Amino acid sequence: MATLTAGVPKHAAGAAGIKQHASWSPYDDNGGTTLAVAGADYCIVAASMRMSTGYSIMTRRSSKILQLTDKCVIASAGFQADMKALHKMLQSRNVTYQHSHAKPMSCPATAQLLSNTLYHRRFFPLFTFNICAGLDDEGKGAVYTYDAIGSYERTGYSCQGSGKDLMQPVLDNQLKAASPLLIPARGDTVEIFVITKEGVRREELELKKD
Amino acid sequence: MFRNQYDTDVTTWSPQGRLFQVEYAMEAVKQGSCAVGLTSKTHAVLATLKRAQNELSSYQRKIFKIDDHMGIAISGLTADGRVLCRYMRNECLNHRYVYESSMPIGRLVRQVADKHQVCTQRSWKRPYGVGLLVAGHDARGPHLYNTCPSGNYWEYKAMAIGARSQASKTYLEKHFEAFPTATPEEMILHGLRALAASLSEGELTKANCAVALVGEGSSFVVLEEDDVEPYIQMLKEEEGGGGGAEPMAEAAAEGGAAAAEGGAAAAADDGGDGAAPMES
Amino acid sequence: MLPRPTTHSKALGPGVAGPELAVATSAVLDRPPQPTAQRPLSGAQAFSVDPSLVESADGPRQHTQYPYVTGTSVLAVKYAGGVMLACDTLGAYGSTKRYKSLERIIRVNARTAVAAGGEISDFQYITRLLEELATDDYRTDDGIELGPREVFSYLTRVMYNRRGKMDPLWNSLVVGGVEADGTVFLGTVGMIGTHYTDSHVATGFGAHLARPMFRERQSDDMSEADAEALLRDALRVCYYRDKQSINKFQVAKATGEGVAIGKPFALETKWDYKAFAAPTKWAIGAW
Repeated sequence: MATLTAGVPKHAAGAAGIKQHASWSPYDDNGGTTLAVAGADYCIVAASMRMSTGYSIMTRRSSKILQLTDKCVIASAGFQADMKALHKMLQSRNVTYQHSHAKPMSCPATAQLLSNTLYHRRFFPLFTFNICAGLDDEGKGAVYTYDAIGSYERTGYSCQGSGKDLMQPVLDNQLKAASPLLIPARGDTVEIFVITKEGVRREELELKKD
Repeated sequence: MFRNQYDTDVTTWSPQGRLFQVEYAMEAVKQGSCAVGLTSKTHAVLATLKRAQNELSSYQRKIFKIDDHMGIAISGLTADGRVLCRYMRNECLNHRYVYESSMPIGRLVRQVADKHQVCTQRSWKRPYGVGLLVAGHDARGPHLYNTCPSGNYWEYKAMAIGARSQASKTYLEKHFEAFPTATPEEMILHGLRALAASLSEGELTKANCAVALVGEGSSFVVLEEDDVEPYIQMLKEEEGGGGGAEPMAEAAAEGGAAAAEGGAAAAADDGGDGAAPMES
Repeated sequence: MLPRPTTHSKALGPGVAGPELAVATSAVLDRPPQPTAQRPLSGAQAFSVDPSLVESADGPRQHTQYPYVTGTSVLAVKYAGGVMLACDTLGAYGSTKRYKSLERIIRVNARTAVAAGGEISDFQYITRLLEELATDDYRTDDGIELGPREVFSYLTRVMYNRRGKMDPLWNSLVVGGVEADGTVFLGTVGMIGTHYTDSHVATGFGAHLARPMFRERQSDDMSEADAEALLRDALRVCYYRDKQSINKFQVAKATGEGVAIGKPFALETKWDYKAFAAPTKWAIGAW
């Protein structure tokens, strides 16, 4: 967080950065964990639905997943207002794309667009940590994982957000062995999107709400 | 070509109180091929006749989707129509971005009409040479609007614009009382019959016509080619059966008479051959 | 001839003898108090202009760095057929209870009410934006009116855009109302654009003091009377524990029938609880 506030334009930080009120930050961390796993011809995306600030829970039911097309969703954790702005932006771009190309954006195309959109804000970053997931042009499961300023790579599985330090080792361990998956999830509700060639199915998993 | 003293620029009045340049723009609308629109209690339908420039070319599209709840059919200068289409798409997108809801049809139509109007009052501008039929569905139900290069706009139960559209209007006037309770399918057939009335030669085929439907719970969808074929087939069967063909034939006859009344202006309307290459 | 006082208390003013105050006030300082985030200009220079706003080393114009006149928590709950919003009527100038009858709940249109905490002047600006939207709807006269969800969405963009310019509107806003189809809407936006919708919301201190009560007692199908009782209890708790609040409250209801903003009222309070005298007596680990 501290490193991100350093990106604030200088004029706002006060005279030569010396006079500084105990003021405000344009960022907040609203927590949340997202996760995606790619299969041969399917993809599963899950995200917690809690939205918090500090030690306060703002709401237990806020979605972090944007379903862009039948074959592509984007899950974002981090700063909720930036997340919403990003999702709205991508949604608009998708509509524009459909108007000019008469087809929905493919998952790899969306992945590239997301990277460009994030990098466009390199010097006033969107404080969001994204996963773009779905089926690629050949119908194979695809997971793309990002940092806040748009670096991305395609992986087989990924997780992002406040629970990633707990979850990534479990994914590394479980997904490289053929054993049933048990993911450490705490919070309110997990929403799960299963993307197959038939379309997108949404499920919910209730957690302990503690 | 006939010219007079008062049509050098849009802002110059004639002594009779007319703006010739604006009227010429409205003539351009009449030279595009026919577009029909009609509304029921739940749906709005557009039907258009597409022209091909020559036998080797494709048919020019005349229906454009603006947003999930709205679309337009154009007649006149296609390029001008595309500009307005892009403007309308943008406005809808912005409205969605800000309010997370679909834009009220009438509000957007008024903005478009205002855009038209500005062009009738600036010496360095040219009026848009295109008429729009805007069909959509919003919180107040289905709507059909018609805009005009002069900046005027009207809401209709049913309307037709473009070449020989008087024949289509005659059909619509004869049947509009049945529209409110008609099913979407019946509405499409009414649209196609009205369209057929404007034909000077040949017949409706899946290649030369397109239909669009929007309504409560169903987003704007364009039916072209194979999607429109079944409806054309139904029309043909009606004709073969005899019963359904009667109103259409009548309408066509009346339409022909009406077009003749139109005089000099209407003379340019019949068929696509006389139209300038920019129009559709 | 009366004897003239030879000494007087600087704290109490000329001509009045008395002890010096234990805590120095602005009257005894040797220079005017400087504004800080915690303590904006206080009563001594009530209407003077902060010189740093007029001229500063990096240019003539500065954005809001901290609020001046502020309102505290806003509470709101959904209930059967509507939503109820509540807050006090104080506009605090730093710690000064400066304006005691500010109405912080507005009616946007027949279906929507908005309430605000934070900088009052920014809220008055937001009020003007919303009035413009409602007036546009009225004069267009096509029977279409913004619903609460649309007003909410609009406000999220306004707040987020201003934070993007590093010039935030210093408010937490609560939007409540009933959609044309009868669904009840309740949402809140913060000063940097974070927003959510829920069955109950509370801004500021209320997020800590009132929401635990809402979580226990609120349900979407509770009666209007129960909702009002819950809000009054929550307001009372906020008043007990929030020094920026006063005992003068307003409750507003937005239902299918329209928006009704109630007259200000006071709550019965009781201050002689033993726990108030020794608040940490039974709290293990407190000091």
